[in-house]
Amino acid sequence: MLEVRGLSKTFQSGGLLSQGQSKKAVDDVSFHLHAGETLAIVGESGSGKSTTARLAMRLIDSDDGEIAWQGSDVTHVKGKALRLQRHQIQMVFQDPFASLNPRMRIWESVAEGLRVHRPDMNKQKRRDAVAEALQQCGLSDAIMQRYPHQFSGGQRQRIGIARALVVKPKVLVLDEPVSALDVSVQAQILNLLKELQQTSNLAYLFISHDLSVIQHIADRVLVMFDGKVVEQGDVVDVFAKPQHDYTRELLAARPITHPSERISL
Amino acid sequence: MLGYLKQQPLMLVGGGIVLTIAFLAVFAPWLAPYDPTNINVRDILMPPSWQHWCGTDTLGRDVFSRMLYGARISLAVGFVAVGLSIAIGVLLGAMAGYMGGRMDTWIMRSTDMVLCFPTFFLILAVIAFLEPSIWNIMIVIGLTSWMGVTRLVRAEFLSLRSREFIQAAESLGVSPIRLIWKYLLPNAMGPIMVSAVLGIAGAVLVESGLSFLGLGVQPPDPSWGNILTEGKDNIQLAWWLSLYPGLAILITVLGYNLLGEGLRDVFDPKLKS
Repeated sequence: MLEVRGLSKTFQSGGLLSQGQSKKAVDDVSFHLHAGETLAIVGESGSGKSTTARLAMRLIDSDDGEIAWQGSDVTHVKGKALRLQRHQIQMVFQDPFASLNPRMRIWESVAEGLRVHRPDMNKQKRRDAVAEALQQCGLSDAIMQRYPHQFSGGQRQRIGIARALVVKPKVLVLDEPVSALDVSVQAQILNLLKELQQTSNLAYLFISHDLSVIQHIADRVLVMFDGKVVEQGDVVDVFAKPQHDYTRELLAARPITHPSERISL
Repeated sequence: MLGYLKQQPLMLVGGGIVLTIAFLAVFAPWLAPYDPTNINVRDILMPPSWQHWCGTDTLGRDVFSRMLYGARISLAVGFVAVGLSIAIGVLLGAMAGYMGGRMDTWIMRSTDMVLCFPTFFLILAVIAFLEPSIWNIMIVIGLTSWMGVTRLVRAEFLSLRSREFIQAAESLGVSPIRLIWKYLLPNAMGPIMVSAVLGIAGAVLVESGLSFLGLGVQPPDPSWGNILTEGKDNIQLAWWLSLYPGLAILITVLGYNLLGEGLRDVFDPKLKS
């Protein structure tokens, strides 16, 4: 569904006259994502996990490496050709308060993808498709005429998911989709995502720093540190027998939530 | 919204001034007691009285009527010049902010260069070559006041581009034109409006200044600036020729400034939410 090989990105800082510094944000990252599975990318802030997601989405250009969506190489596709392929892979963002256009009604925001990818639809059909997507995400179609500021974080995140799903993608990139939400709302959104994955056979690339969330939702996990992949494998294996020092550190730093997991001294 | 306006009394005062002056300007032909260009040699330099509320000038024309018509000129110059400068500024700023890279560098360095010229003297120099007319003034003021808008729009676009809803639109495949028109511009509208309102105040001042120097609106057409010129020549005989147009300019500029500053406060917290 989504395949990435040898992806690298270096960010340059500095201006016209100064030489500036360069930071290798993503260094030789490779992974593949099958239909219907969830691959989590975990790592601390600055480890390059969000940049990896944006590279895979083709929101920023990579310096090196290859990206394929559903088997077709999109590494060097540009402009309109790229825009027309974007329905295959969609993204849900971290901050529900920044990810919706404050000047657009909900239904317009959600319908935006249909304008590009379903030019055959008229306004009425677009409205119906939007209502269906909202319903799928547990929202009533009565909210279509409202503006984003009238909603809570959890509701906005549902709207963001509906906006991504309306173009029927095969892959959903989730960039810390629940880390800005209350714990109870987190669980609701995670359950919704699980449900959607089953009904639509979606593949998830799930970016997170929260190990308990990953344990709950992911099949495989990829651990990133300083732009590099230090470990990858099945969630169960990695959590039970971490191979890399950094993974062990990460697991040890996790707050223990269940009494049975506590090690008695 | 109404509750919010109550916390902004100065903005209400500014808005009131702006509306009042706009009303006087629009309805000048019906409100003016005399023809503003009608010469009456028997009533030269009459002080303010019930017949002539603001007195008469050196040719016996009614100053109040001339000021009403002068308001039309000032506002017309203000709106057209600012409209032009906003159009240029938004276009260049949007290109620089959206495209970035080399285009951004070129546009912004050129803007910096234009900013180096002292605007008023540039306008004087240009007008000296052209025939002084109201249209030339509008265009020249517009062409020399877009730099602030360009910088503002570019800065707004740059900060908006890193927001997630712009990335969301990009990942949906929204076209660049639609992205600018439906996402970036509407969200940058607040600061642009503020800058436009403050720009009108600036344009009114420049027009008055040019007319005062004789390079703007030409007599017999009335303008606050050219009434002031007569006032300067007769300051010891007729204080009213200087006081009333001076006050008109002062109050108008103050009104637009108060309104603009108030709008800035209104738009600021809202954009953050």
